[in-house]
Amino acid sequence: MDLRNPPEASRDDVLEKLILDADGLRRALTRIAHEILERNGGPHDLILVGMRSRGAPLAHRLSSLISQFEGTAVPVGELDITMFRDDLELRPTRPAIQPTVIPRDLTGTTVVLVDDVLYTGRTVRAAMDALLSFGRARQIQLAVIVDRGHRELPIRADYVGKNLPTARHEQVEVRLREVDGTDEVVLLGQLRSGTNHA
Amino acid sequence: MRRKDVLDLDDFTADELREVLETTAAMKEVLARPIRRVPPLRGKTIVNCFYEASTRTRVSFELAAKNLSADVVNITASGSSVEKGETLVDTTRTLQALGADMVVMRHGASGAPYLVARELEASVINAGDGWHAHPTQALLDLFTVQSRLGSVEGRRIAIIGDILHSRVARSATWGFATLGANVVLCAPPTLLPIGFADAVHTGLRAKGIATACPVTVTHDLGEALRDADVIMALRVQRERMDTGLLPSLREYAREWGITRERIAQARFGAIVMHPGPMNEGVEISPEVAYGPQSVIEAQVTNGVAVRMAIMYLLAGGRAGPAV
Repeated sequence: MDLRNPPEASRDDVLEKLILDADGLRRALTRIAHEILERNGGPHDLILVGMRSRGAPLAHRLSSLISQFEGTAVPVGELDITMFRDDLELRPTRPAIQPTVIPRDLTGTTVVLVDDVLYTGRTVRAAMDALLSFGRARQIQLAVIVDRGHRELPIRADYVGKNLPTARHEQVEVRLREVDGTDEVVLLGQLRSGTNHA
Repeated sequence: MRRKDVLDLDDFTADELREVLETTAAMKEVLARPIRRVPPLRGKTIVNCFYEASTRTRVSFELAAKNLSADVVNITASGSSVEKGETLVDTTRTLQALGADMVVMRHGASGAPYLVARELEASVINAGDGWHAHPTQALLDLFTVQSRLGSVEGRRIAIIGDILHSRVARSATWGFATLGANVVLCAPPTLLPIGFADAVHTGLRAKGIATACPVTVTHDLGEALRDADVIMALRVQRERMDTGLLPSLREYAREWGITRERIAQARFGAIVMHPGPMNEGVEISPEVAYGPQSVIEAQVTNGVAVRMAIMYLLAGGRAGPAV
């Protein structure tokens, strides 16, 4: 948890709206796990690849849900796409690279990319380019918790927890207990001046 | 890490060194992929400017640059305008005009890359200058020790050989001491460094690093090896015999060579390193060089990963405030 900017709505200028609580997030993940199995006719030749950083714990959760439903362990990979970003030149220093672990050759498998929020689509584009280094997947599908619109590339998700129309200046945060200590999805927006904040 | 050049490790903070090591681990994973290529340096041109002969270092830099999708140009002194008398500064100005984004330079004169770095907007990476520095070698040595032993801090590092003329020993000392290791420099009396240990202590204090373990210099091989976690053997250069600093290779091998008996004097499980190329049977015996405690091959692999890390970190955009 970032103690300089506590997530509770005590910041003077940011309004925080709860979109999904812990139960809502759990139900969305359960539904997505079922949809993945339904769409692919079972767990075979499947691999879940979580995009750093919050996609990785989400991918692990989906894998254990699928295990519960089907009794089969679906392998989980973790992918850091930093080096494939298209905006590296715009940053004054290089972002730190987190570990990438892809447990098998992807040739012939169906890869389900997992991320928390789908926005411009550039991160997913970078992830697909990164995946090409690991073999020729038979299919790549995309699962996200929130689709907030404003795509800048022709990219779409196969599995969506919640469709959430947003304004560009707003921010969507998916908080997970593995990373943030709590499970929730919130929408952060600027308050107009003169408004009482919650 | 915000810097234009990598010229030596004397001006690296401990945090910067750790950042390089973490990035190196990520690059090592890239080297294990079926396709060992990532795009961060796409469209960049890297010029290898080698005024001194080198195969392993030049190829290592070239592979590192290509793995990052950069374009690479190699310049060696022979067969170039240097033979026509072109000065170093003129050569580098030409490189700048041709659009080089990064220059990797090896030169026989200590300080040459510093001159070039001042004159060029492009980043300069020192691949070895005279007897002075070889920072990427030291970084790969740090990474190798950390990978094999789990940590650098508190480790005892014994560097054995012609320390006086060794840029590898100097940069390694800066790197290991900055990360809190205990460095022992051991050489025949004629080849000990003069004033270097003091310079390192002064430099570390200036960086705000309190040395629990000062750098020690000795000609007593037994003392150097005792409790050593790492034994680094340096290459003996034949020129030293010609100038009377060493009597013969046979005497060097007998008194200073790293053999199985010698490494038994170090800590159990100590690792043996060598920057290469090796004179087998002189500074290191073949059975040690190819034995279970040797990490020499790993050093070479790690060299490509370290150079990828350095190039990646240096090529950060020149944009304004942090995003």
